[in-house]
Amino acid sequence: MIEQLPPGLLMIVGALFVPLFRGRWQQLWMLLLPIASGLCLIHQSALAEPVFGIDFEFFTYQLLPVRIDRLSLVWGHIFHIAAFLSVIFSLHVKDPVQNVMALAYAGAAVGGVFAGDLITLFVYWELTAITSVFLVWAGRTERSYRAGMRYLIIQVGSGVVLLAGIILLVANGGSLIFDNLLDRDNLSGLAKTLFFIAFGIKAAFPLLHNWLQDAYPEATPTGAVWLSAFTTKMAIYALARGFAGAECLIWIGAAMTVFPIFYAVIENDLRRVLAYSLNNQLGFMVVGIGIGTDLSLNGTASHAFAHILYKGLLFMSMGAVLMRTGTAKGSELGGLYKSMPWTATFCIIGAASISAFPFFSGFVTKSLIMKAAADEHYFVVWLVLLFASAGVLHHSGIKIPFCTFFAHDSGKRVKEAPLHMLIAMGITAALCILIGIYPQPLYAILPFEMEYTVSDAYSRTHVITQYQLLIWAALAFTWLKRTGIEPPEQRSVNLDTDWFYRKLSPIVVESLSSTISQLSVATLNFAQSQLDHFLSLVRKLYGPKGVFARTWSTGDTVIWAAIMLGTYLLFYYQIVARLQLP
Amino acid sequence: MDTDKPVIEQPNGGSSEQRRYWLDDSRNVNKIVYALYAICALLVAADWFYHKHIHFDCESWFGFFGFFGFVAYVGLVLTAKLLRRVLMRREDYYD
Repeated sequence: MIEQLPPGLLMIVGALFVPLFRGRWQQLWMLLLPIASGLCLIHQSALAEPVFGIDFEFFTYQLLPVRIDRLSLVWGHIFHIAAFLSVIFSLHVKDPVQNVMALAYAGAAVGGVFAGDLITLFVYWELTAITSVFLVWAGRTERSYRAGMRYLIIQVGSGVVLLAGIILLVANGGSLIFDNLLDRDNLSGLAKTLFFIAFGIKAAFPLLHNWLQDAYPEATPTGAVWLSAFTTKMAIYALARGFAGAECLIWIGAAMTVFPIFYAVIENDLRRVLAYSLNNQLGFMVVGIGIGTDLSLNGTASHAFAHILYKGLLFMSMGAVLMRTGTAKGSELGGLYKSMPWTATFCIIGAASISAFPFFSGFVTKSLIMKAAADEHYFVVWLVLLFASAGVLHHSGIKIPFCTFFAHDSGKRVKEAPLHMLIAMGITAALCILIGIYPQPLYAILPFEMEYTVSDAYSRTHVITQYQLLIWAALAFTWLKRTGIEPPEQRSVNLDTDWFYRKLSPIVVESLSSTISQLSVATLNFAQSQLDHFLSLVRKLYGPKGVFARTWSTGDTVIWAAIMLGTYLLFYYQIVARLQLP
Repeated sequence: MDTDKPVIEQPNGGSSEQRRYWLDDSRNVNKIVYALYAICALLVAADWFYHKHIHFDCESWFGFFGFFGFVAYVGLVLTAKLLRRVLMRREDYYD
């Protein structure tokens, strides 16, 4: 029975029962769901190595709704951990819509990574979009409603592109089983491109990215924690499954690591800074997929694992600050370490982890990707990643904790975050440190065999050079801050690609519609004037005083009739004469 | 919101809100900064004392990672500052 249960389904169905419970029982039910689902998964994964699957035939199509192998299991495990921690963090939320949708969203993401065929993937792909948008809408403001609509259109659009790819694949008689799409012979270039774009939208590729920075900061304080974990990482899994070794991904990923950090430096909304930084971290994972070696794919999987934890932790700390102070804007915050010391501590641990300080989680996972890039002699890419690593220290390592908890004292004196939030942050922070100092269990569950070990990660060279990079970058921060060169936090928004659909397209549509209406008015006016002109001519000719209304004398009429008959005769003669002549 | 109100100064200065923290003293902040300078110097000096395992030639340069981190960080911030001129708009730009 349990063996046949698709992973994630328990959370999706269980979520529907959440509104039946009240108070503590509801909290307990929500805590139990990810635990039960996770235990089922552990049971299933123990059953078969390396692959466990449930397949059946649907019409003439071979489907594989469940496939559990080492690659999908990494995501499956961390998604369950993230769901459990997010439930703890949002225990105070009484809104049934948020609670149902958040759990169903997590379940859909779990289902997505264990989908063995593309149709099942498509179903979960869209389910994550439809459930997660409620976490944005839950803000219940005009602003969050609009941001949610933009988010939903893009997310569902990604699913539609995926479906188009599937239709082309089926039309060409290809197998629906979801494995590496690059090697398929019977897959047309167009179908490959469609799959690539569908995954790319959710993975927030450059220029397809802006839904992420647009929507996540508009979600509720708890909603952003849920959102940060699932959608983008499911897309990273899909890329790792379908496009491992696609060389263009190396360059796309490298661009992804770099350009969001410029935005992160100048952005004022700290949860938007985190969204840009999330985008930058996805870049590292995409580079790993592009390199496509066992080491680099392990790097991507482990980095996704560690990333979900530290990014969740950072979103939790900013969510707690937002809940207590009513704002997450850098220009309004500062000095909060005095009133929220625990939140500050956990935030710093998250910041150290994302910055990849030795003995924190990011260090032992990012190094796999850096090592793989170096092994394959991608010097430029390696330099770009090194630059991005220094950049991460700026916006996530320093800016987030410094602006919120230190900097100039904003005078805000608030209560420390509630206990359940501190517990969630505490466990997550502990995991970040645990992975950093004891990465063996994480390395052991990675999908591929590798020679890289913990002693490589903690080699003298690696530790010292990493400290050099980060501490000297921190020195640069100190210098810029003390000389006043560092740009101050300002109330502002920065233009990004959302400008095209939030500003440009309304302007274009408006000007187009006004041009069209002007044109139609001008055409109507012209037709009207022509008609008037014609009518007045008719009136002139046929009116009471017109030429044709006159009474003519008999003599005039006879003369005109004679002229007409004479002309007719002349023509008739000409024609008859010509016909009869040989 | 209550919490948004600035703290009212008590005449006797006895309110717990007025407690002075270690970091409130700028001399202590300076201590941290000097410690940072010292650590930076030590980290670069460490390059003399061990054998680097490298992939690329530039990694063997003395203090390469420190130098790179510093320059990358400053370059990033200065570029972003320039970008602000092009990209920054009022907060209600989209409203």
